[in-house]
Amino acid sequence: MSQKPFLLAAEGLNKSFSGFKAITDLSFYLDEGELRTVIGPNGAGKTTFLDLITGRTKPDTGTLQFEGSHDLLHKNEYEIYRLGIGRKFQTPTVYTDHTVFENLLLSLGGSRSVWKSLFYRLKSEDKDRIESILKTINLTDRAHWKAGALAHGQKQWLEIGMLLAQNAKLLLVDEPAAGMTDEETHRTGELLLSLAGKHTIVVIEHDMTFVRQISKDRRVTVLHQGSVLCEGSVDFVQSNERVIEVYLGRKSKAA
Amino acid sequence: MNRPFQRRESIIFFAFALLLVVILPLASSIGWISPFKLNTWGKYLSYAILAIAVDLLWGYTGLLSLGQALFFSLGGYMMGMYLMLMIGKLGQYKSNLPDFLVFLGHSELPAIWKPFYSFPFALLMVVLIPGILAFIFGYLAFRSRIKGVYFSILTQALTYGAALMFFRNDLNMGGNNGFTDFRFILGADIRSDGTKRTLFIVTAIVLLGVYAGCRWLTTTKFGLIQRAVRDSENRVLFSGYAAANYKLFVFVLCAIIASIGGSLFVTQVGIINPSEMTTQKSLEAVVWVAVGGRGTLIGPVLGAIGVNSLQSWATRAMPDYWLLFLGAGFTLAVLFMPKGLVGLPLQLRNAFVKYKSRSTAEQDATPIPAAAVTIKPTPSPSSSPSAE
Repeated sequence: MSQKPFLLAAEGLNKSFSGFKAITDLSFYLDEGELRTVIGPNGAGKTTFLDLITGRTKPDTGTLQFEGSHDLLHKNEYEIYRLGIGRKFQTPTVYTDHTVFENLLLSLGGSRSVWKSLFYRLKSEDKDRIESILKTINLTDRAHWKAGALAHGQKQWLEIGMLLAQNAKLLLVDEPAAGMTDEETHRTGELLLSLAGKHTIVVIEHDMTFVRQISKDRRVTVLHQGSVLCEGSVDFVQSNERVIEVYLGRKSKAA
Repeated sequence: MNRPFQRRESIIFFAFALLLVVILPLASSIGWISPFKLNTWGKYLSYAILAIAVDLLWGYTGLLSLGQALFFSLGGYMMGMYLMLMIGKLGQYKSNLPDFLVFLGHSELPAIWKPFYSFPFALLMVVLIPGILAFIFGYLAFRSRIKGVYFSILTQALTYGAALMFFRNDLNMGGNNGFTDFRFILGADIRSDGTKRTLFIVTAIVLLGVYAGCRWLTTTKFGLIQRAVRDSENRVLFSGYAAANYKLFVFVLCAIIASIGGSLFVTQVGIINPSEMTTQKSLEAVVWVAVGGRGTLIGPVLGAIGVNSLQSWATRAMPDYWLLFLGAGFTLAVLFMPKGLVGLPLQLRNAFVKYKSRSTAEQDATPIPAAAVTIKPTPSPSSSPSAE
């Protein structure tokens, strides 16, 4: 019982949208420094779960605790962000009319007050930080492009870069590899692996090669019909009969 | 972030400043431009201030407010109260009270009117009254996350409600006749050519100041966030910004800018009544912005001056068809000129380049007819299934 509190603890979450139960009695615990992968068939409630954590929607019942002391249910999106929870959306959500550089600038940590934004001046340390992120996400030569002009995969990278700029404690990454080539996917995996330990990361993904790459001996959670079906290493999960039945089995039949 | 003014832009800015503040008034004082014309242009400049306020909300923040005519006329009313009191005993009833108050049976000035003997107080109210109204309304609307067309409808309702209120005689604001017959401003005869010229210069300076101020604002980090709210409010919230506060700031600022425009309008047009306070007037300003070029600062200015000049010509040349003309102009602008007049040169250049490359392509295309068509779309990698 002398264990550290969970970074994120969700208990008994329920959420339904006009009768459709998107999340059913979901409990989920995350330790600090973990890199957790969440998989599950379409409609399993993965994205809704992220919506609940980040305050986009509120659960009907249940509790959500961050760092043991913060109750996320009574906070809105930007208050939750300010606790150190960052999110990458499933479809890349960047400011299309802003340059790549400006996108990162807006995502850097620091004051969020209206007044300070009027008199903000770009400091050299901020500039260095943005440049190092640009290098990490391989967009240095695109820094002054409008984000809307980037390729789909590059937008995904930019949004990951925006999460890095935020320097969040908990990164929620929704389908980072969607729309990427195999090589880009692999590099995304490497990037996430390099962040593991420094940050706590939850990755939602469909692509099993990618899941294998990033999870190794780490825990994988399988969601099905809004609740946790099974949790364990990727091999354990993939050999679980019920998982094969609802998810992998169906997929292999389809293929 | 770029510097507030690029060099070429500053040159154009100072050229305009010279034209508006020095050349036109001089030309008028030596008789090249009639005082009537200068006065009319002064009115257009005050409309241009209103148009900037509309665009800073609509083009830059994505908030289509149909309440800007309300703030514009509130500014006009605040200035009008001062001007009414300056008439003194020269009115129809030879009373110290404004005529309509005598007509309504008042023998003493209502308490809210008394401080308006002071010009600085009137100026303060031009800023405060619309500012406070916009703050309260904006606070409630943005806190409840009212967006898009719902926001437009609410601001329209606010404007309509206020107009109904101002039509009532017992508000003591002149009812449907409003304020008119002004005589003096700061001791000077408001109808003299010299005063009109001065008012033109003041309006021009205020317009230039508002332009420069807004230009600065759009280059700050605030400006970046403002446009981010327009393009992706969700991302802004999930980047930790309280979008509502940013919208509230812009909304209040634009109410004050519109109000200042209205106060200058009244001094030059010499009348303010509730018919200025209608959604139709707000929509007209939206048309100026759309025609001139949304999301730029010079666009609204060009649009306000251009559409109004056209109007004053067209209402004389074809009084019956003027509104059809305006409607057609707006429709065409929306359909074919998404960036308005400001975007037209670039649009024409692109069209020209396209035309040119097509005519050269036609000459070159014959040797390899099918090359462009035979490229098959690459199958999407199986490892990246489409979004849920």
